[in-house]
Amino acid sequence: MSKTKTTFSGISPSEFFYRNRDLAGFSNPAKALYTATRELVENSLDACESAEILPNIYVRMTPVIDQLRASEPRTYQLKVSDNGPGIDPEKAPDAFGRVFYGSKYKLRQARGMFGMGGTMAVLYGQITTSKPVVIYTSIDGKKTHKFTLRIDIQKNEPVIIKKEIIEGKGTTGTTVELLLTGDSFRASAKVHDYFLESALVTPYAEISFIDAQGKMFYYPRSTTSLPKPPVETQPHPHGFDFEGMRRLIEDTKDKTLHKLLTNNFHRVGATTSTNFFKSAGIDHSGSPKDLAYENIVKMVDEMHNYESFLPPDAHCLSPLGRDILNAGIMSELSPEFSTIAIRPPSAYSGFPFIVEVGLAYGGKVSSGGVKLFRYANRIPLLYDEGSDIAWQVVKDLAIDKKRAYKIPDNAPLALITHVCSTKVPFKTAGKEFLADRPEIERELKNAVREVLRQLRLHLSRKSSQEAVKRRRDIYSKYLPLIAEFSKDLSGKKTLPNFQPMLKSYLEEGEN
Amino acid sequence: MAKPKKQTKSKKRQNDLEKHKAQLKLQLKELGNKIYSDLDSQKFPTIHFPSRSVRNIVYDKKTKQYILGSNTVSRTASNIKHIRPFTQLTWLAFFANELMSNKKSSTLRDVYYSSQAYAVDYDDQSESDAIITDLESVISTARERLNIYPEERSAIFGDLDIEYTVPGYEGNRLNLSSHPDGYLIGPSLSTADFVDTSAEMIIAIEKGGLFNRFVEEKVHSKYKAIIIDTAGQAPRATRYMLKRLHKELNLPVYIMTDGDVYGEHIAMVIVSGSAGAAHLRDLTVPSAKWLGIWASDIAKYKLPTIPMTEVDFKRVSELKRDPRYQKGVWSKELDVFMKIKAKCELEAFSKYGLTTIVDKYLPEKLEQAKSM
Ligand SMILES: Nc1ncnc2c1ncn2[C@@H]1O[C@H](COP(=O)(O)OP(=O)(O)OP(=O)(O)O)[C@@H](O)[C@H]1O
Ligand SMILES: [Mg+2]
Repeated sequence: MSKTKTTFSGISPSEFFYRNRDLAGFSNPAKALYTATRELVENSLDACESAEILPNIYVRMTPVIDQLRASEPRTYQLKVSDNGPGIDPEKAPDAFGRVFYGSKYKLRQARGMFGMGGTMAVLYGQITTSKPVVIYTSIDGKKTHKFTLRIDIQKNEPVIIKKEIIEGKGTTGTTVELLLTGDSFRASAKVHDYFLESALVTPYAEISFIDAQGKMFYYPRSTTSLPKPPVETQPHPHGFDFEGMRRLIEDTKDKTLHKLLTNNFHRVGATTSTNFFKSAGIDHSGSPKDLAYENIVKMVDEMHNYESFLPPDAHCLSPLGRDILNAGIMSELSPEFSTIAIRPPSAYSGFPFIVEVGLAYGGKVSSGGVKLFRYANRIPLLYDEGSDIAWQVVKDLAIDKKRAYKIPDNAPLALITHVCSTKVPFKTAGKEFLADRPEIERELKNAVREVLRQLRLHLSRKSSQEAVKRRRDIYSKYLPLIAEFSKDLSGKKTLPNFQPMLKSYLEEGEN
Repeated sequence: MAKPKKQTKSKKRQNDLEKHKAQLKLQLKELGNKIYSDLDSQKFPTIHFPSRSVRNIVYDKKTKQYILGSNTVSRTASNIKHIRPFTQLTWLAFFANELMSNKKSSTLRDVYYSSQAYAVDYDDQSESDAIITDLESVISTARERLNIYPEERSAIFGDLDIEYTVPGYEGNRLNLSSHPDGYLIGPSLSTADFVDTSAEMIIAIEKGGLFNRFVEEKVHSKYKAIIIDTAGQAPRATRYMLKRLHKELNLPVYIMTDGDVYGEHIAMVIVSGSAGAAHLRDLTVPSAKWLGIWASDIAKYKLPTIPMTEVDFKRVSELKRDPRYQKGVWSKELDVFMKIKAKCELEAFSKYGLTTIVDKYLPEKLEQAKSM
């Protein structure tokens, strides 16, 4: 009998994600090129918006001349520049060279959530080309810090190869340049969709994209109003987990559980706290540090189940709002009719969220089936449409029940769904589709119903206008003919005096 | 029959025809007057006529045919859905009036194309045909009287002298046995006077092939018959012709069809009309007799058969619900079809030689018919 020796070893987060590239959206060269582009652009948009700067973003994808790889997949240089606030030079190497390092681990709405998107792009580039990444960043416009760095995958930390300070260009901002293996031929359609769909919800950004063929796509800014920046919020008791509680207790200086709850949680005041502890059967005057392990578990459970906490409020959220969504729809789709529904804030498991839905009909919207543009925290979601809850809602209402809304077959109809939340329930770290939370589904349904009702109104108004016009055309054509034939048939010399009747009939049609 | 008598009869018919024509034109003109005066007094004109919807088609026991009930429909220019057909109807009344005044005739197809000269648009010929049927209902008169004929035509052969009344041929005479292919039953024949005949019966036959066989086998002289090819379901001009031959010459009408449910119905339509023409009279010969081929003849004469199809069975059950098929030979033969589940064609007799149908079947069936 042979014995296999089991060896245990820890792996670093970088290594874990390198081994499980699929989870982060880097499963093949085509998808990797798209995901890397997206992650860098999203970091730039996040940075600009949080500093309330109107974003100017420049993206270039250049094939690198390489004798060994002249066909797809091949090496590309990806360059993304923004006019954001820049990154503190102390932190920049970690921001791009360490997985799970980021500034967005807060309860605040942002595209970034995990602290790994940009770093994964760097990691993937390094692994496929063994070339370092170059970062330029300026926080004052006077000096630009240039870092050439690579990631030590086993240690999950950046290795700075070169650090330079060069003269600034007078503006703040960050540029990332990296080499990676990609397949632009297969990625191209998704990348273009991505820019178009981004432009639809960020009409306040100016985006230039130069694709691998050297073709330039320019999405101009069509509004100068930025969405109000989201504010950070405390966690709601319904959404807080054991690990969070354990750390909170470790770090806290609060002397009582009562203080711990009222100081650290969203919308928990003295009365709520007192009532909660009474109902949970926990002594609220006890010291947090004395709470036994099993009582931490119990307290977290009770927090999840206690129904009388005030619902989370949505001040921390930053929906697009009517003006921005409308500007995006107008400039990208120039529809014949558009309408927007913004639902009041709601919450799932303690996380506030807002659903916004836009509808565009006609214009540049192509006919033949409903086109759905899905967004979560302003990120366009391009993959796995069928698994997304938004698609299920839209299919159910706008396709399966289209009769009820008088939507004609092959209608040129586009729907835009945006879910913003302090925590979007993505099913994967690749941010492709939303899990089906009943609360979110309900709000999506309400919003989609609302816009479809508006569409029905528009269509019936339009068809009654068309009916008036048709009626006028028909009567002006046929009544004179009847007059003429009746004259001929009855053998009269002159036409009957029908003109006044026709005239008053047509005027009547106008009202 | 003595010639002078015929001539008076013809004169009288001529007079009747003229009178009828004048009356028709008056009817059309009145329609024009009404529309004109409505428009002139700022009213949307309206026309009422009997409804031809299935629910208004009823079986009349007295005349043994389908007629229209008392429901009427109106067509009014104030209704956006009506104004186009209203225009078409007004135009058609005008056009028919012109046809009659100029003694011209026209086909359904002609009417459809003529409309285009007057900016009256029809989507297709069937729309035009439907308006013609509307006008028939408005004035309760068959379109043939308005000189409008269908394209399909059937043929006639036999010893019958006719005299044309159509312009350019008035007074010309012709004997309908002078050409072995027979004569088309068209507008000129339909309006011709019947001057003289030696015939003692009319035989209507469903098929051109058998019609030719009958001519070759001299059925017209052997049986003193006028033979008519109905070419399937008899067109209205043919039914009108049968009716006139029966009424004016006092001759019995016999019908021969294939031995299937459609053949039986061809005979029935000659006897008692069709639901589609329930708004018209003068198209039926209630005393006409269906000679065969009956379902029961198939076994009797050991005829080669074809199995009945799903569609055939469906048609049988439809006819079983028709009030005219409730008794006599009509009902009996439907039942036999259902039982034997087979049908046959007139040509089946060729199994026993080309002349059997004429020499054996026809005389036996005529004998049988006389006793019915
Ligand atoms: N263009 C930029 N301008 C300013 N800061 C940036 C920029 N790009 C990245 N950062 C900083 O680097 C951090 C790490 O970025 P990274 O994409 O790895 O994670 P994230 O955006 O926080 O989360 P996610 O994994 O969801 O993208 C960000 O949190 C941000 O603070
Ligand atoms: Mg990111």
